Amino acid sequence: MSPVMRTRRDGSTRPARHRAVQPLAVVWLLLVWLALWGAVTPLLVVGGVLVAVLVCLTFPLPPVDLGSSVRPLPLLGVVAHFLLDVVRASIQVAGVVLRRRPVRNAVVAVDLETKSDFLMTLVASMLSLIPGSVVVEARRSTHTLYLHVIDVPDAEAADEFRRTALDLEQRLLRALPPRPTDRERP
Amino acid sequence: MSWTQVADLAAAVCILLGALLALIAAIGVVRLPDLLTRMHAATKPQVLGTVLVMTGVALRLRDPGVVGMLALVVLLQMATSVVSSHMVARASFRAGQVRHDLLVVDELSDGPAHEEPRGAP
Repeated sequence: MSPVMRTRRDGSTRPARHRAVQPLAVVWLLLVWLALWGAVTPLLVVGGVLVAVLVCLTFPLPPVDLGSSVRPLPLLGVVAHFLLDVVRASIQVAGVVLRRRPVRNAVVAVDLETKSDFLMTLVASMLSLIPGSVVVEARRSTHTLYLHVIDVPDAEAADEFRRTALDLEQRLLRALPPRPTDRERP
Repeated sequence: MSWTQVADLAAAVCILLGALLALIAAIGVVRLPDLLTRMHAATKPQVLGTVLVMTGVALRLRDPGVVGMLALVVLLQMATSVVSSHMVARASFRAGQVRHDLLVVDELSDGPAHEEPRGAP
């Protein structure tokens, strides 16, 4: 990913520097630390914060720009729908494995509506986690995902899968509506 | 029947279902024809299978200290299986390890040649 450029006062550009210690990352690492210890005591919390800060300083990462506001209720709907999809598709793939008929597959291109890298990653991850489809290639410039889909008997079924993938994106867009950006990223 | 017995029963059902999914995944690796199809069978039932087994273990142990760790197992499993399945799929497709005769539609190979602009992943 290309670095975000900042403009200096004299007009020249430089890569944006960022703080290595990000509050969200520290909170997440602290939660992992407490989950691993399996208890919450003052000593563990202090130790966890120290370790989290140390990890952030040792392995600095660029900050993740959400670029979206979060609507909790539709987000819950997305998660519930996703879990149902996982169960349904798991049973379907198990059926494909156990039946006698040979399986036919397809590589389907899905042109996403969103321009945000974050939402594209999210859609790709969720489609990957739902059994029966795996991301073979992703083109960032055109926001296209190429997915290998199992058990596609004909071209109509491929179109049907494309529709379900775009539905998933629409649900995500409703749950995480993108904020209007002041600077348009290429 | 006390609630501990109910929880034990639910735990047994969850673990057995998870194990069944793992068994089907193993059968899939043997039976399915090519790499990408096998990946669907081998990597994906893991998602539901792991969730079920971890839920079963949590219901049986009933220890809040352990539940956190089990939740972490599920989360990290989900986060890493996405990346690894994509990398294996992408590498196998680029290396030509695909049975094209099994594909009904192939919009990646049939589409126009595409040059990705510089700086893209």
